[in-house]
This record gives sequence, structure tokens and C-alpha cells, in this order.
Amino acid sequence: MTQDLVIAVMFILYAISVLMGFGTILTWVERKQAALMSDRIGANRAYIRIPGTQVKLVWWGLFHGMADGLKMLVKEDWRPKTYDWYAYAVAPWVAFAPVLLVFAVIPFGGTLVPALLVPPLADWFGDRVYPMQVAQLDAGLLIVFAFGGMTIIGAMLAGWSSSNKFSLLGALRAGSQMISYELVMGLTLLGLILIYGTVNLDEAVRAQSGIVLGVLPAWGIVLQPFAAVLFLTAAIAENKRIPFDLPEAESELIAGFFTEYSGMRMGLFMFAEFIEIAIIGALFATLFLGGYNLPYMNDLGFVFPGGYTLSLPHWAVVLLQLATFLAKVFVLCSFQILIRWTLPRFRYDQVLTFAWKFLFPLALANLIVTAVAVWLLGGLGQ
Amino acid sequence: MSLPVVRAANSADALSDALNDARSETQAAVSEGASAGARYVDRPHVRRQYWNEPTMGTWERVYLLEVVRGLLVTGGVFLRNLGKWMTGRKGALTTYYPEEKRVDYAQGNRGKHVLTTRADKPGAPQCIACNMCATVCPAKVIEIEAGFDLADVAHPKFAARFEIDYSRCVFCGLCVEACPEDAIRTLPEVPDFPGHDRRRMWLGREELLTWRPTVATGKVYGGDGANVPTHPHPSPPLEGEGASTPRLFDSHTAAPSPPLEGEGAGRTGRHS
Repeated sequence: MTQDLVIAVMFILYAISVLMGFGTILTWVERKQAALMSDRIGANRAYIRIPGTQVKLVWWGLFHGMADGLKMLVKEDWRPKTYDWYAYAVAPWVAFAPVLLVFAVIPFGGTLVPALLVPPLADWFGDRVYPMQVAQLDAGLLIVFAFGGMTIIGAMLAGWSSSNKFSLLGALRAGSQMISYELVMGLTLLGLILIYGTVNLDEAVRAQSGIVLGVLPAWGIVLQPFAAVLFLTAAIAENKRIPFDLPEAESELIAGFFTEYSGMRMGLFMFAEFIEIAIIGALFATLFLGGYNLPYMNDLGFVFPGGYTLSLPHWAVVLLQLATFLAKVFVLCSFQILIRWTLPRFRYDQVLTFAWKFLFPLALANLIVTAVAVWLLGGLGQ
Repeated sequence: MSLPVVRAANSADALSDALNDARSETQAAVSEGASAGARYVDRPHVRRQYWNEPTMGTWERVYLLEVVRGLLVTGGVFLRNLGKWMTGRKGALTTYYPEEKRVDYAQGNRGKHVLTTRADKPGAPQCIACNMCATVCPAKVIEIEAGFDLADVAHPKFAARFEIDYSRCVFCGLCVEACPEDAIRTLPEVPDFPGHDRRRMWLGREELLTWRPTVATGKVYGGDGANVPTHPHPSPPLEGEGASTPRLFDSHTAAPSPPLEGEGAGRTGRHS
């Protein structure tokens, strides 16, 4: 029992530090990548001086994230005169907390056997085995969508309680857009659920460690390439980023639903957006890119197409899986930033038309084709 | 009623414009005959089209393919610049001012001001303290205090103090245009003032006089000017013939000292 608690606390600390780390790093990555994409230098003025010396550590502007956080913390906490002060105070947290909670069901590694990893504690741990995941829930994907849907409430609360027309309009835009794309997101994943036969994300990852068509890894993107594109599109729209950042329109709605928020309250909304980039990356990696596994890899080592196997010691597998997952998430975050700085934004009617008249029928068609194929092939990948 | 002259039209738009004009002329002439009051009769208003017809092909209509193409472009630029930065080269065109300085300012760039010196009295400003530049200056950045030297018959009035507040200067160049004596000019290089102290952004007479031109700039006094040296300065020209604009000063070695002793002394009183 104590052993379970120790492991659970370790997993929770790891998950939170990964998310916070991504949230902080991504503010810097976003600026720097945008600068590199447009032939600029990017943020590079913030520095830390080693006390007592004149040595200034610039480190390619990495400290700009810290400078931003400090600035937001010491800014004046300006509050509008609103009648819904409780909703106003609670809205940033309602937007922020579900984003963190989604990560609880995402597996960031395979099976952990502490007895093998730490031999001195082998007696204490016995033969306990832990999947590397904060919450081992069978309803994994459903939890993801349940918590993902809660961020809409945060946006609506913020817009409603701000006593501001622009905030309310931004919140309405955010609400209708997020609900529309939530639907598309769910529909695109139904095909995957049919193929994997489960909504448990850890089992979904294990289902992807096989081989299809002789050589290809049985990744979701190989089985459902169409759904992968649709899912990424809908997820970016769900996160309200360019090209779908209609709730936040400087020339029309100022900052949308968080117009009236200042200082770290506004920072929470921004931070939630950046963490959601990482969450989308993690979800996409888990569902479509084989999760924490490299191609042809499972918990024991590699099984290559020709029938060759390569077994690895347990510590190597654990480290490789953790590193692989982080690398995949980072590359996907970078890809989302690439999209954000490449595409022009839509008009608002185009956003909703795109969701209901283009993505929604495509997702339905994808689901039907998948269902027929799964029925004909008698359950691929199971 | 005269036949409309169809103008030489090289495009369909211009041709239709010409036809419209012709039609309106015709109608106006007809209605003029009917009643003089209804000169401007209703005619079908043809809105002029200023924009191009959208020319999206099938390729562009399938939005996703163009998205992929755009991502390839930006991703390529990103990877190229990333490679440059990682191999120690600069992946940007930006000059990292003030640590780096541009060397290719345009010759006509209006940068830092200089005072020209007299041909007959090296080191003395050609300025006669007429205050024209200070008057014309839209930002009111020039402060001049006149001095008198009655022994100097050709040039009795001179600028004892000449200060420019670069924190407010808009670099319009009107001072150069207003000067009757060609005493103030602008160099292509920009003044070198990034810092945290506004009072260090004033330049005084001594700094403005540090220009060492390679061609004669002095105005010649005393009739035909036969008895004055043509060369502006006894010292040889700097950096050979190629360097038309030598550097004024190095900010690290010879930073301009604040010309003001007290806080805001330059603001409180205009020197009459």
C-alpha cells in the first residue's frame, strides 16, 4: 500500500513537472521559432547575472519566460466592477485545471517494475507492476473529452462575469467554436476506438506496437491517416489558436473573453493555452504515433519486421520510453507552432462552416469507411 | 451630338469605361434637348470594379494541399535558419544594435549632426548664431548661445554654446536647410546613444565640431578669398580618399559627456 502511494506521488510529480516545463518552455519556443521562421533574431535580451560578477547568462533568451512570469506576478491586479465576482475569480482556474487533469490518463511510459529498476528495494516492492500513468482508468478517452469540454465552461464564465460586451462576445464565439470542434474531435477518434477496441489509452498504445502490411508499424497514423489530419485540425481549433483564434480578435474584440483579466489571472489563461498545446501533442502522439514507443518497440525490446528481436534491460526500456514520449510531444508542439505562424486566420463564419460542412461530414465518412473495413477484416489490430 | 471618340484601350476595363462615357454623353445630350432642368437623368449606374476576379484553381480550392505547401515553405525557412544558428552563423538579417552597427547607411541618410569649421580659423564653428535652425526645428531641440568677438571683423558673432537634444530630435533635416552659412550638416551615421540616461543624449559644441571632412567645407571670407587656405584643416585627411565620412567618435572610448550641470538646466531657460 505504501509502495503504491510512493509510486503514485512520483508519477504525479513527474506529470506536473512535465506539463509545467512544457508550458514554460513553449512560451520561449513559440517566440524563437516564429523569429527563425521569419528571418528574425527573436527574444534574447533577458539575462541572469551571476551575483558578484559581470557575467550575464543570456542562454538564447531562455529567461524571457521567467521575466514574463515575474512581470505578470507584479502587475497591478485590476478587477472590473462585476456582480459575478465569484465566477470572475474562479473562471481562470476552471479553464486551467481541466487542462492539467487531462494528462492524468495519458500514459507517458510503459510498465514500470520497481523491483527490477531498484534492486535494493526489490523485497519491499515485491512483484508489483505499475503502468506509467497517473490514473489507470478504463474510460481514458472519455475522461479526456469530459475534461476537455470543461474548458468551455471556463471561457464562458470568464466572458459572462466580466461585465463587458467584448468579453461576452468573445465568450460566445469561444463557446460555439469549441462545441463545434469538440464534436468533430470525438467523431474522428471513433474510428480509432473501433480499431483498437478500447478507450483505455495505455491499451491503445500497446495495440500500436505491432506490425501491419509486413513492414509498417501499426501506428494510428498508418491505420487512420485521414482521422489524424482531422483530429489535429479540430484540436488546434479547440485550443483557439491561429488560424482559429477568432475568440481573441484584437481589432474587434480586444482579447475576447479574457479582456478584463490582468496580471497572473490573464497569465493563467495563456498558460492553459500553452499547456494545451502540449496536451494536444501528447494525445496525438498517444493515439496516432505509437505513444511512448519507438517503431517496432514494446515493453521488452524491439521486434523488427524481419522477425529479428532485440531485448533490452528494463532500465533502458523505461528511459527510452520516457525520452521517446517527451521527444514526440515536443516535435508535435513545434509542428503546431509552425502551423500557427504559417496560416492566415479564418473569418468567423468560415470557422463554423469549416467545422459543420467540411470536417463533420468528412469525419462521418471516415467513421463509416472504418466501420465497414473493420467489419470486413474481422477486427484489425486486435 | 458628337460621335464619342473611343480612346485607345489596351484592356477590357478601359474599353468599357470609354463606352460608358460615350453612353452618358449621349443620354445627357438627349435629355438636354427635352428639358434643361433634368440634365442629370437616371442612368444605369455601372459600378467600377477595382479588384481582380478570384482565380483559384482546383488545387487552391482543396485547401489542405496548399496548407501543406505553405508549411513546407515556412518549415524550410525555419530549418535553414536553425541550421545557420546551430553552426554559429547568423540566421537573420537583423543588425543587433547597439552591439552591432550597420556599415551600409545610405549616403543621404540624415543621422548625426555636425558643425562645419571655418576655413580661416580652424576649430572655430562656421555658425553665426543666427538661431534659424533653432527656430525652424519642429522638435525644439537646438539650444544656441551667441558669443561676440569684435576683433574678428569677418565673423564677429559666433556660437559659444551649441547643443542638440537627441532624445527629442526627429532627424527631419530642416536645420540643415535653414542654415544660411552651411554651418550644420548631417552625417549618414546615426548618433550613438542607447542608454538609460536622458541627459547623456545631449551633444554639445565640442562634440559637434569633431567632424574632420576630407573636402573643403569652409565658407571663404574676405572678397576673392585669395589669402585664405583652401584646405579646411591643417591636419591631413583621415583614412585616405575613400572614406568620405570618418567616424565621429567611439562610444566606448569617448562617450559624450553630459553638457548640463544641473537637472533640467537646458529646459528651464531659453538663452536669449
